[in-house]
Amino acid sequence: MRKASSAVWKKLKPEVNASENILVKNSFDVDGGNFDTAGTVSTRIKSILKEQGLPSDVVRRSAIVSYEAEINVVSYAKRGVINLTVTPAAVEIAVNDEGPGIPDIEKAMQQGYSTASQQIREMGFGAGMGLYNIKSYSDRFDISSEVDKGTFLKMIILIQKP
Amino acid sequence: MKLREVKDILEASVVVGEEKLDMEVSTAFGADLMSDVLAFAKAGSILLTGLTNAQIIKTAADRSIAAIIIVRGKEPSTEAIEMARELQIPILSTKYILFETAGILYSKGIVGCLKKVDGDFYK
Repeated sequence: MRKASSAVWKKLKPEVNASENILVKNSFDVDGGNFDTAGTVSTRIKSILKEQGLPSDVVRRSAIVSYEAEINVVSYAKRGVINLTVTPAAVEIAVNDEGPGIPDIEKAMQQGYSTASQQIREMGFGAGMGLYNIKSYSDRFDISSEVDKGTFLKMIILIQKP
Repeated sequence: MKLREVKDILEASVVVGEEKLDMEVSTAFGADLMSDVLAFAKAGSILLTGLTNAQIIKTAADRSIAAIIIVRGKEPSTEAIEMARELQIPILSTKYILFETAGILYSKGIVGCLKKVDGDFYK
C-alpha cells in the first residue's frame, strides 16, 4: 500500500510571483548512494548564488539547506533532481527524488529521529538533524512523500524580507 | 593567532597545508556531527572534529572553514587528504581529546564562532 503525506511550514508568507523575472534556473542530477560526489551540487549552487551577488546570509542559508537535502538524496534515494530558481525576491530549491519515501513526515521532522545506516552516521550525518535544519533555515518549507515512490522538498529563502 | 601557533600549542602534526600556517585564526567550532557544522559553524573558523572521512572536508569547504584540526590522535583518510589538498584546506592532527583541544585554544584566546544557540539563531 502506498501512502502519501505532506506538510508545510511557513515562517513568513513570501509573495513569490510566478511571472516574476527569473534570474537563474538550473537543474542538477544527484546520484543516489554515491557518497564520493555527495555535496557537489550544493557547492555548485553556492557558487552560482555568490556570482549573483546575493547577500551572504541568503547564500549561507541556501547552501545549508541544499547540502542537507543533497545528503538525504545520496543517503536514501536511487536518484534525485535539484532545481534551483532565483528571482529578485527569493531563492527556491526544489528536490525531487526516487526512493523509499517517508512513511511518517511528522516523525521524520523531529530532532534526533533517523533511519540512517551506519555508513551515513560514520560520515557525520544521520543524527536526525537534516530535515530539522532545512526547516529552520528556510522561510518556507514544503515536504511531501509517497512510500516506495519518493520525496519532494521545496525550500524558499527570501532575499528581501517583507 | 597564527595557525602555526595553534599547531605548536596543540603539539599537532600538519597533514595538509604546511604553506598556510601563517593564516590568522580567532574563532573555532567543535563537533563530530556534520549537520551541526553546517548549521552552526561560521566562515573563517577552525573546525575541531574527531571524524576523518572526506565528507568533513566537503562540509568544511561548504561553510568556508579556514582549517581543520583532527583530535584524539586520529589521521584523516586518504580521500580526505586528497580533497583537502584540492580544496586547499589545511588539516592538523593533535593527540589531545576534543575537550582538551578546545580548552587549550580557549585559554590562549581563541573563542567559539558563536556563544550559544538561542531563539532567534536561525534568523
